[in-house]
Amino acid sequence: MSSIEVNGKQLETDEEGYLLNRDDWSEDIVDVMAAEDDCEITEAHWEVINFLREYYDEYQIAPAVRVLTKAIGKKMGADKGNSKYLYELFPYGPAKQACKYAGLPKPTGCV
Amino acid sequence: MATLHTVNKSPFERNALDTCLRLAKQGSGILFLEDGVYGALKGTAASEKVAKAAGEHKVYVLGPDLAARGMQEDQILDGIQVVDYAGFVDLAAEHDRVNAWL
Amino acid sequence: MSITKRLMYVNRRAPYGTIYALESLEVVLIGAAFEQDVSLAFVDDGVYQLVKGQNTTGIGVKNFSPAYAALGDYDVKKIYIEKESLDQRGLSMDDLQHLTWEDENEDYAEKESMHLVSREELADLLEEQDVVFSF
Repeated sequence: MSSIEVNGKQLETDEEGYLLNRDDWSEDIVDVMAAEDDCEITEAHWEVINFLREYYDEYQIAPAVRVLTKAIGKKMGADKGNSKYLYELFPYGPAKQACKYAGLPKPTGCV
Repeated sequence: MATLHTVNKSPFERNALDTCLRLAKQGSGILFLEDGVYGALKGTAASEKVAKAAGEHKVYVLGPDLAARGMQEDQILDGIQVVDYAGFVDLAAEHDRVNAWL
Repeated sequence: MSITKRLMYVNRRAPYGTIYALESLEVVLIGAAFEQDVSLAFVDDGVYQLVKGQNTTGIGVKNFSPAYAALGDYDVKKIYIEKESLDQRGLSMDDLQHLTWEDENEDYAEKESMHLVSREELADLLEEQDVVFSF
């Protein structure tokens, strides 16, 4: 079993680092995961992470990247609703990496 | 003496309910669970035969399975009692045997 | 140039008792990436998948019914419900989730996804498909 240490607590993850229990999520986890990826978290990252958490609360699924891009565009404007912007924020893949930080499962259909 | 029959298949998809009703002796207990709970509802193509069965047997339905499927207690046929998991255990213990119609 | 195919997913099973409903939903969500002309039909016990107010807390299984509301985001905009199947179960369209999609070209105007069809109309729709997936 893989795990991630946050504030001295071991939280279970799958082998790719996604949290197994969504209830384990806290904002501190984002910093720990981002540090492992050498990624500096900004307000812009948080916008996407919070958006994903709200999307999951409503629909119980992690959106595919195409759906995420479209939905971000609707909510935050076309300058953010494009894959260039999202890949710059999350170079490992906006759906994959941002979902991991948000404590969501890997998006359905994302291999 | 008495048997508890359980039916976990939708009456619209399989004939488990029909066979159960055909073979259950009068005074048996019949518990609908899982997809079987659709058999306990009012206003369906199965309601008439189930209402009749509720006059001859004690008929129960498992509440958590109803809730999972978005069904409310006021949609249940008269004479059918809603039980929870603890009630299911009690029913199994009270009867001499359980016959699960799968 | 890619050819767009007409795909219809036919859903005939109740949720939770078997895995069919969830599997179908996952295949639809994954398949949506291929940008085909997708529609979903709900027939027989399949109409139970869309019943409002599902609460699975008591059975310890994930409630996947909220995901149907995301189908519009995935460009799945055609949901057909067979009227005879509803009638047989004492249900009406009011008992089902109201699924819509948003038209980006019209300032995200909300449009109807749900279509009540008769047995004959559904039979005709099935004939028009290139591929039918049955669950």
